[in-house]
Amino acid sequence: MKGAAPAPAPRLAPASLPGPLTHLQRLEAESIHIMREVVAECERPVMLYSIGKDSAVMLHLAVKAFHPAPPPFPLLHVDTTWKFRAMYEFRDAVAQRVGMQLLVHVNQEGLAAGVGPFTHGSQVHTDVMKTQALKQALDKYGFDAAFGGARRDEEKSRAKERIFSFRSAAHRWDPKQQRPELWSLYNARKRPGESLRVFPLSNWTELDVWQYIYRERIPIVPLYLAAVRPVVERDGALIMVDDERMPLKPGEVPAQKKVRFRTLGCYPLTGAIQSEADTVPAIIQEMLLARSSERQGRVIDHDAAASMEKKKQEGYF
Amino acid sequence: MAASSELIARDVLAYLQAHERKSLLRFITCGSVDDGKSTLIGRLLYESKMIFDDQLTALEQDSKKVGTRGGELDFALLVDGLAAEREQGITIDVAYRFFATERRKFIVADTPGHEQYTRNMVTGASTAELAVILIDARRGVLTQTRRHSFLVRLLGISRVVLAVNKMDLVDYARERFEAIVADYRVFAARIGLTDITAIPLSAVHGDNVVARSARTAWYQGPALLEHLEGVEVDAALSRAPFRLPVQWVNRPNADFRGFAGQIVSGVVRPGDRVRVLPSGREAHVARIVTADGDLEAAVAGQSVTLTLGSETDVSRGDVLAAGDAPPQVASQFEATLVWLHEEPMLQGRSYLMKAGTRTAQATISPLKHKVNVNTLEHAAAEKLELNDIGVCELELDRAIAFEPYAENRALGGFILIDRLSNATVGAGLINFALRRSQNVHWQALDVDKGRRAQLKGQQACVLWLTGLSGAGKSTIANLIEKKLAAQGRHTYLLDGDNVRHGLNKDLGFTAQDRVENIRRVAEVSRLMVDAGLIVLVSFISPFRSERRMARELFAAGEFLEVFVDTPLAEAERRDVKGLYKKARRGELKNFTGIDSPYETPENPEIRIDTTSLSAEAAADEVIARLAAVRITGA
Repeated sequence: MKGAAPAPAPRLAPASLPGPLTHLQRLEAESIHIMREVVAECERPVMLYSIGKDSAVMLHLAVKAFHPAPPPFPLLHVDTTWKFRAMYEFRDAVAQRVGMQLLVHVNQEGLAAGVGPFTHGSQVHTDVMKTQALKQALDKYGFDAAFGGARRDEEKSRAKERIFSFRSAAHRWDPKQQRPELWSLYNARKRPGESLRVFPLSNWTELDVWQYIYRERIPIVPLYLAAVRPVVERDGALIMVDDERMPLKPGEVPAQKKVRFRTLGCYPLTGAIQSEADTVPAIIQEMLLARSSERQGRVIDHDAAASMEKKKQEGYF
Repeated sequence: MAASSELIARDVLAYLQAHERKSLLRFITCGSVDDGKSTLIGRLLYESKMIFDDQLTALEQDSKKVGTRGGELDFALLVDGLAAEREQGITIDVAYRFFATERRKFIVADTPGHEQYTRNMVTGASTAELAVILIDARRGVLTQTRRHSFLVRLLGISRVVLAVNKMDLVDYARERFEAIVADYRVFAARIGLTDITAIPLSAVHGDNVVARSARTAWYQGPALLEHLEGVEVDAALSRAPFRLPVQWVNRPNADFRGFAGQIVSGVVRPGDRVRVLPSGREAHVARIVTADGDLEAAVAGQSVTLTLGSETDVSRGDVLAAGDAPPQVASQFEATLVWLHEEPMLQGRSYLMKAGTRTAQATISPLKHKVNVNTLEHAAAEKLELNDIGVCELELDRAIAFEPYAENRALGGFILIDRLSNATVGAGLINFALRRSQNVHWQALDVDKGRRAQLKGQQACVLWLTGLSGAGKSTIANLIEKKLAAQGRHTYLLDGDNVRHGLNKDLGFTAQDRVENIRRVAEVSRLMVDAGLIVLVSFISPFRSERRMARELFAAGEFLEVFVDTPLAEAERRDVKGLYKKARRGELKNFTGIDSPYETPENPEIRIDTTSLSAEAAADEVIARLAAVRITGA
């Protein structure tokens, strides 16, 4: 299958009496517990699959949580139609490998109106093709719980997000409606129409995610690894020319540079970094020695100080 | 991470191997804004290199713009999240922060210290293994310090770091530090906290945060981070007897039946004899199944799937436990409650209780006392309001396996959920089971409800008339009973006013008394239905929650809610007993519709619009409905 399979990692020998759990073992056990609670208490769960590394880890944990049964819910990819080509290839291969149903939803009205990042800007594009599209998909299939790969360490406003995040029938996130979460007791009760977004990776950090990908040999989209790719520099960000839809400015010529991506989204909105890291350990090495945060490559975060909070209220993750 | 930079650069594989063995410590920080708590956490993140350049740039800008340190780096800004609280300049919820050192990963529950936020502290403490309690060196042990310590102790955290902050503002004076610590220890001993490590700090200047400071040369103990890295994470749970609350039954095909859940204490191995609770059946563990292959043993904290050697009836909510040391099973408890919701807790009201993976119905009765978190004094109380803590008795609709919270958080902690709003309204800690639940058994009788009703040629049921005062309930109920009597039916009418003269004469009209009023009437009607009667209940019964509680006492089809629908204006216009006028004049408190709410039924079996239907016609309609559902048919 396509995708970067990291070299086998040296694994800890199983001790005869299991000692205190390591941080990764504890995080893994917690995530599995969360997923099983949702399956036990909700009627129609779905896993939002964004093809990125966090989705890869979440999916891997789901496979573990329900083994030997396949995860008892479908995957949902909300497709903006502007993802990297390598992401689409990877997505289809993954769905086949894990034997889960893959639902792909595109906001057809947005598509018909020609909404895209180049023509409408990042804000409109994200709102129409991602936020609105997600609500459409959840309504269409009647899902009452959606797993998302968001982590609390990603952004300040996420530090207070619940693991079970409650949404009104209109998909709104209201800070007053959020329920206190004590111990590992999650209240999944809701009325018809209301739903939950559930974040099993809440307590993972970016480093934990990479370390786990390495330890568990989880396949990831090759774009995370450095390779020579055609890019142009815009507003200080390296944008990859992934298909012919990208309009080049007069005189703009794509340069071949060795780059990789720290996060993956719509290709016109995702900046690459120049890098030599072409293995998972090398990525971790660069990340630990680097001095800028993961979300820096995402264009949408720079809008306003509290932009994530606003987006969350509107229904974006 | 700084020290490891060299190793990361030289041999990242070696670094990764070391990192994989790291343990995890979850701790909580308690203190008010003024104690420098946000500054301390910001400093920990900064010093452990969790802050990247772009965040640092943002911090520099923010420090100049809204900082409180005259343009210098204001670490507190690193941890201020929501826009709302930024504007207010306070932290209003529990935030979780992450950082890691060479030896450990840390998850910090950052909670505000104001009195009204007991809810948040309790939430943060519920998952913490250690608490850092901040004190301002200038102010010493305050009421809030005592409150935080009490809550920490209540939630079962035994390890405390007393962080005496702002030492720079008292000239790093040893005497001041020691006086505060001595003062604190006296109080801590009173509430049973003994494992205390006191550290003199200055979060602003970084003294004793990461490294020991030269400015406190008299202090011989560890720096805060050093202590957090070294403190032993509790292994007691692994040594305790095995318990696993079953979360989900895994049945991919007819040949596999696995019981999935997270082990909350002890160790399990294939071949171990386990008891299934509450049923008490026993079986042997056949396999410990994981996606990475079967395990030889699994320990507290792991999420696993067990298969049993023999076909055993196990479902979600059951607890698998060591066969030779099973936990107790009971349905009545004494518990400590922390109220988490604006809507107060009412005695007698029934809530959903989620304990482990089991959800049961729980009724609070009675509330024994409230605890003043500042003085630790007990006071009599009839309800708990937001952030109140009280001790109550709890009665469940079924028996559950449990352990006292002090022995096992996972089997002794629970949440209460409001049955209508679905909000999480309370958190509870089981103290012990009440003896009465172990000794009172249900007596099985040979003549049952069906037989008794059959002798009367009818089916027993309850007609529950609800509506505003003056809506016409009693008039209509009286007519219905007359018509039923004429048909030769055996009936009884429980009228709100009449019952209040006898059975319920000790009750007033506060919200909690109204709840108890309905609970008693519902139980009495249940006995009467059991006797085979057609029972008419004519009560305002203003709260949905209690009408639902009443409904759930009966079998399907036995409970018929009759909504006597009269608009408030109309009822007030009629004002047969002159009560509305009194209430309007303020002479009658808690009058439904005036200063106490009436919650309209959502799906009554029968709705009677008294503005278009006479009492006579209304009674006929009810009689017709009874015949239609065969209560009085045949």
